[in-house]
Amino acid sequence: MNEDPIIRFEKVVKRFGPVTVLDELDFEVKKGEKVSIIGPSGSGKSTVLRILMTLETIDDGFIEVAGRPLWHEERNGERVPATEDHLRSMRKEMGMVFQQFNLFPHMTVRRNVTEAPVHVLGLSKQEANQRAEEYLELVGLGDQADKYPSQLSGGQQQRVAIARALAMRPNIMLFDEPTSALDPELVGEVLNVIQRLAEEHDLTMLLVTHEMQFAKRISDRVCFFDKGKIVEEGPPEDVFGDPKEERTRDFLKNFLNTA
Amino acid sequence: MLLGIAWDTSSNWAFAVSILPILLKGLVVTLQATVVGFFIALVLGLILAGLKASPLKLISWPARFITEFIRDTPLLVQLFFLYYVLPEYGIVLPAFMTGALALGLQYSAYTSEVYRAGIESVPLGQHEAACALDLTPKRSFLVVVLPQAVPRIIPALGNYLVSIMKDVPLLSVVAVLEMLNVAKIIGDRTFNYLIPLSMVGLIYLILTLVAAAAIRYLDTRLPKRGIPLK
Repeated sequence: MNEDPIIRFEKVVKRFGPVTVLDELDFEVKKGEKVSIIGPSGSGKSTVLRILMTLETIDDGFIEVAGRPLWHEERNGERVPATEDHLRSMRKEMGMVFQQFNLFPHMTVRRNVTEAPVHVLGLSKQEANQRAEEYLELVGLGDQADKYPSQLSGGQQQRVAIARALAMRPNIMLFDEPTSALDPELVGEVLNVIQRLAEEHDLTMLLVTHEMQFAKRISDRVCFFDKGKIVEEGPPEDVFGDPKEERTRDFLKNFLNTA
Repeated sequence: MLLGIAWDTSSNWAFAVSILPILLKGLVVTLQATVVGFFIALVLGLILAGLKASPLKLISWPARFITEFIRDTPLLVQLFFLYYVLPEYGIVLPAFMTGALALGLQYSAYTSEVYRAGIESVPLGQHEAACALDLTPKRSFLVVVLPQAVPRIIPALGNYLVSIMKDVPLLSVVAVLEMLNVAKIIGDRTFNYLIPLSMVGLIYLILTLVAAAAIRYLDTRLPKRGIPLK
């Protein structure tokens, strides 16, 4: 693992109306690091990913991704708000997997996975199809390329969504509660794919999840979010095994009782 | 005699048979007005929907106001306005064009809402996925949003097509020789209103039933998850 941060949040503020979702958040992720974000709903954990993917703007602060400002541009030595062109180039660093999969329902699995490589990266159809095959194979769906999403189970759909994001060859993968919308018996197949990715690839991974056991297994670091701030962070053994903060202890206790 | 065709008043049946070709000539005008009016409504509605979707309030608000204004005033008032007021400002259109324009204008307010609703019915997650994949806004609209919006738009537009057809008789007040006007003239001249007006009602009923069946058929055939892209 490299020591340079590939993601750096500096006093980032995000508000939705009167609610402060991120409260002067400082947060860093190193290259190749696998970080799990846990916390109660409304704590701002999904917002961190959505801001990185440029699906939400920030109200204050500064974010750097791969050494470049995400929401800003340098012009004549000044920081100015980023243009759409800049955001487009920054998005290439990242891929995102959504809670609701968000596959395109009117496209075959293959087309879902090749659409962006062809029309954004400029790959030929043939190259894109090869690449799609490779990633569908990786998620165990090599034989499903001609089906439509509605013909697949939720777990299979989410694996297609993972293949679709990977086909853009991002450096950073963002997983936003990837198993929360799945039936319990389908959670395992998706987690297995994510775990394989974590173990076999030097991708930087950011995972928002309620699957504590899984977070413990794959993470280099766990961050506990509450009220827009990181309350506690550290290696999973420490955060789960011996939480220092009262709020972390309460959350984990409640969570284990209800789960 | 009307439109070069004479009628036979010897019996009710003979009368009905003899005026049918005249009514059908009127029907052609009715259908023409429907098609031209619908086409104007489709294009104008699309423009209005685009303007209403603008992030600039300076553009979206006037467009919304226009839509609301058109929807909340009677078609007949708009028709009279176009027919009697525009010529005072030197814009003289043939009665048929004035009528089709009034229909198109009125229905553009409705179609613009259909477009808007269709596009907004595409879940936000689809836009987000397209954004995360870095598709351009144009590409995202063309291959992600539009194919999913169109199947939801088409049945609603079909209903408005039928509605326009049923509103065409209003054009008789500006002397367009559509089917109802033709029937009324036949009645004026033969003092027999029952048969021509009944026939107009019947022809309308057949047309509407056929159109409604066509729309239902279309609706069942349209892909519910969007137009498939291989």
